[in-house]
Amino acid sequence: MTDTPPLLTVRDLTVKYDAVVALDAISLGIRQGESVALIGANGAGKSTLLRTISGLIRPASGDISYNGQSIRQSSPQAILRGGIAHCPEGRRLFGALTVEENLRLGACTRDDAAAVRRDVERVEEMFPIIAERRKQAAGTLSGGEQQMVALARAMMSSPRLLMLDEPSLGVAPLVTKLIFAQLAEMKRSGTTILLVEQNVKLALALSDRAYVLRTGRIALEGEAHALADDPRVFHAYLGVNE
Amino acid sequence: MNSLEFTIQQIINAVSLGSLYAMVAVGLSMVFGILKMTNFAHGDMMMTGSYATVLLSALGVPFPIAIVAGIAVSALTGILAERIAYRPVRGAPDVTLLLTSLALTYVLENLAILIFSGSPRSFPTPDWMNEVFAFSDGAITFTSVDIISSTSAILSLLGLGWFVSHTTTGLGMRAAAEDMAAAALVGLDINRLIVIAFAIASGFAGLAGMLWAAQSGIIEPDMGFSPLLKAFVAAIVGGFGSIAGAVLGGYLLGALEILIVGFGPTELSPYRDAIVFALLIVFLLFRPGGIMQANREVKL
Repeated sequence: MTDTPPLLTVRDLTVKYDAVVALDAISLGIRQGESVALIGANGAGKSTLLRTISGLIRPASGDISYNGQSIRQSSPQAILRGGIAHCPEGRRLFGALTVEENLRLGACTRDDAAAVRRDVERVEEMFPIIAERRKQAAGTLSGGEQQMVALARAMMSSPRLLMLDEPSLGVAPLVTKLIFAQLAEMKRSGTTILLVEQNVKLALALSDRAYVLRTGRIALEGEAHALADDPRVFHAYLGVNE
Repeated sequence: MNSLEFTIQQIINAVSLGSLYAMVAVGLSMVFGILKMTNFAHGDMMMTGSYATVLLSALGVPFPIAIVAGIAVSALTGILAERIAYRPVRGAPDVTLLLTSLALTYVLENLAILIFSGSPRSFPTPDWMNEVFAFSDGAITFTSVDIISSTSAILSLLGLGWFVSHTTTGLGMRAAAEDMAAAALVGLDINRLIVIAFAIASGFAGLAGMLWAAQSGIIEPDMGFSPLLKAFVAAIVGGFGSIAGAVLGGYLLGALEILIVGFGPTELSPYRDAIVFALLIVFLLFRPGGIMQANREVKL
């Protein structure tokens, strides 16, 4: 595995909000088909990293390359077209639009209507509640239902790399279990996953490798199963939360 | 006078006036929805189109073609305004955007004064537009302009409603109005959506301006100012940022004004504008989200 070139490479990436350094010369790589977790306390820079990869935030320095090409200057639309989808924290559905319309916008960069229809059927199979709520305004759904729709909307772009930000946040345990079971299924079928997740146990169970972020730097990295037993992971959390 | 006929007459007047307010308010609300900016230059889009129509028809262009071309000129003014004035300051504090739109108002109006002079010009409607229909010995009268403005307003507003609920671009505009960052993340081209919003908003203003001019018979550089203020009230009453709300607000405002003038005591009529703006204050105080409770802020 180690000799496959990475699908996504982040090199010396520094991101600032005005004078505040959110990411401090971070470097990491994700290989095709791999599932990688980003863990760390609030404010460690996990969401900032995802937002920078998807082009919402411009880095102060450093580079991001995807599939061998720099995407540092690319628009969010170009990055999505390239195959990186971002399911943001807090779900961010279009609440006034129906579930169906949310999915339709998730596929707005695609022209192949037949394939889009197949993908709608696929996400409805994965999460049957989506079919039931099809004509309902997304804002009226429960947190767990919204999370499933948000994941489905991100999948509608047919991504190679799926980035998820806190998919278990505000979601009932049973629904979380269902979502992670489907993520595991997607991983098996070849989707590369970059997962930000506060539930460390859940995150490490799904992932091959993990990075522990602490105040904008990588404090620790390694195989997920090794980190699961490493007490330093939890220290990295507590160290920030003092 | 027969009170039924009088009522019908007032309903015609209310629909005619409400249509104009709705068409201006809808554009104001669309642009606000997506950019969170009050475009004070929106009224001037009414003016540029009307002047273009007058100019073209003076050059011998058939009136219907001059109207369509005028609407296109309004839409183009909106696109240029976005490109030249608003895009460079996008993301700046609200005050900057507000001042930019006020500055643009002055630029456009003074440009019109420079080219066409500040004095009013007549809006040369062809005879078929001024045809008067009278029923019940004149108790109910309306002109072709009334019919044209009401039907064109209702048809174009229905078309807009279809556009924002059935096309990907229209849905995308509503999505961007609700959550710009999430809209970018699903791959919508935000710049394109903003340009389209300005084009549609300004085109509607252009059409409204022409109907306004056809009703009053004149055009002048600041002709957009008064309807802009009314449309502003309509948009807020309906729910600023909501397209359906703006339409509702426009017709409600039209109905309210006609109610005051037609059915209220005569002494009240001069105060109709004051009452309208009092309504604005009441809404801002007690229901700032308007009837539709639109524009609940989304955090980035």
